[in-house]
Amino acid sequence: MSNPVFDRIKQDINDNDVVLYMKGTPVFPQCGFSAAVVQVLSHTGVKFKGINVLEDSSLRDGIKAFSDWPTIPQLYVKGEFVGGCDIVREMYESGELNQLLDQKGVAHK
Amino acid sequence: MPMPAEEISALIKEGIPDAEVTIEDLRGDGDHYAALVVSRAFAGKSKVQQHQMVYKALKGRMGGALHALALTTQAPA
Repeated sequence: MSNPVFDRIKQDINDNDVVLYMKGTPVFPQCGFSAAVVQVLSHTGVKFKGINVLEDSSLRDGIKAFSDWPTIPQLYVKGEFVGGCDIVREMYESGELNQLLDQKGVAHK
Repeated sequence: MPMPAEEISALIKEGIPDAEVTIEDLRGDGDHYAALVVSRAFAGKSKVQQHQMVYKALKGRMGGALHALALTTQAPA
């Protein structure tokens, strides 16, 4: 069964190396958890596409079902779900996030 | 809608019976928590899978009644 929201998500995570589903935009996050991940990503110097789920309630629900993950933000690298705010922060602090970006061949600082 | 820490802890232990759960009420408002969950069930699982197990134990409350739960999961050392 095709699901137009899932199709859109698949396309976005395939077309962009790093995608952050978030509340608000990278320049103006509207939630502390989304802001925290934006901050981590800016520290790593990686280029990412921010997708504002507040602009589209079908996407806001759709991404939760797609990832089987109940909260926003959600980070995807090369089409793979990495985690939410807690995991991304933990991975950044342990150096695992940079390792993952290296493994996936994504340029960062 | 605040949710008492005891209820969060009870739900997690119901879903993951051997879990040791430590919950901190970050602002004292019953709405922003940090939880440390340690369980042998996490061994060999990715962080994403570990957190998904806790979210499943919380039966849909995460992101709903439970607004903010900073989660740390570990297998026992």
